[in-house]
Amino acid sequence: MATTGKIRVATIWLSGCSGCHMSFLDQDELLVELAKKIQLVYGPLVDAKAFPENVDVTLVEGAVANEEQLDMLKEARGKTKILISLGDCAVTGNVTALRNAFKDGDKAVLEMAFIDTSEVNPQVPTDVPQLLKKVRPLHEVVNVDFFIPGCPPHADIITYVLTELIAGRTPNMEGRSKYG
Amino acid sequence: MSTATATLKINGVEVTVPEGNTILEAAKANGIAIPTLCYLEGLTSYGGCRLCLVEIIGSPKLFPACATPVSTGMEVVTNSDRLKDYRKMSIQMLLAERTHICSVCIADDHCELQQLANQLGVDHVTLERNWTALEIDSTHDFLVIDRNRCILCTRCIRVCDEIEGVHTLDLKLRGKDAQLIMDLDERWGNSCSCTSCRKCAKVCPVGAIYIEGEPISHTKRKDVAEFIMGRRKR
Repeated sequence: MATTGKIRVATIWLSGCSGCHMSFLDQDELLVELAKKIQLVYGPLVDAKAFPENVDVTLVEGAVANEEQLDMLKEARGKTKILISLGDCAVTGNVTALRNAFKDGDKAVLEMAFIDTSEVNPQVPTDVPQLLKKVRPLHEVVNVDFFIPGCPPHADIITYVLTELIAGRTPNMEGRSKYG
Repeated sequence: MSTATATLKINGVEVTVPEGNTILEAAKANGIAIPTLCYLEGLTSYGGCRLCLVEIIGSPKLFPACATPVSTGMEVVTNSDRLKDYRKMSIQMLLAERTHICSVCIADDHCELQQLANQLGVDHVTLERNWTALEIDSTHDFLVIDRNRCILCTRCIRVCDEIEGVHTLDLKLRGKDAQLIMDLDERWGNSCSCTSCRKCAKVCPVGAIYIEGEPISHTKRKDVAEFIMGRRKR
């Protein structure tokens, strides 16, 4: 595939609801313009099995809630020039992190989901990634270059940040960012 | 001269205001915006949120504009980079202190803390959050308090004391453990002094005190200051 000159963009979906990816798609016809300048190399929207090398920009949706996500994020960070926290879960932990407020919240959510509310064969699964003790926003785990808060972030803000980065400018979030 | 005035400079502009005015009042009267959070016109200044901090040339200290009276010859700076950094840090500390999750908060889009964070460009919190799980009291017929969203600005305490004249609300404990209480730490539903006047919910800048079943846009209508000033003059 001819990729010369195009900016390599990846997206990752950690602990979030996929709403941020929906917002990315909500850029609608602007995606056509964007597609002329970027190439999506990894993420839920493309069929790629492994996180590729030499990615220019990675948009990360969701908080870090389990071991697998922690590894994924660290791998992406290592292979990406500019890593962006996309949406409130990635920026603050948001709803995903509500369990942080409770003692042994990691065990409590599993018990609630798989034992307390299960009528058939209640048991906590053991063959899935281990939950972290606390849910973390990305910047508590890896270095993050830009933050796009919002639940979900408005498509216009995603366009703004990507356009600025494509043009080689630094996005200024003052008056643009919006929690919640 | 019939009324005493003071002449000072704010951001290099000379202004004359009545003596006894605060720096915040002087700035406001001259169209200079200073961010505030715990301040509410008509209530006694508290100076707790530190968002209205300003510099006075000649002093290394910072001063809360809402609680510092003007004096002639004073030179005030309200918008230096240093102040912006401090304000952003104050907002971050407020967001980190308790469990603030805008997306599930009743005050989303009507929250002064959220608005200030957005205005000042606070796009993330660099401090580790506390993730409190404090008690939510919904024992009152329609007033609810979620202490996890409380920023301890004391607006509700002041409006209850100074305008309603009841002083049902107050604080217990200190620092990060401080909590809003009713009477002598009763459940709200058991409070014998509360008149259920709703002023606390109306002045709450965040989603800590709210009225069950009432749209937040109605509760947080921006006529509160006018209302309080009206009460003051009666």
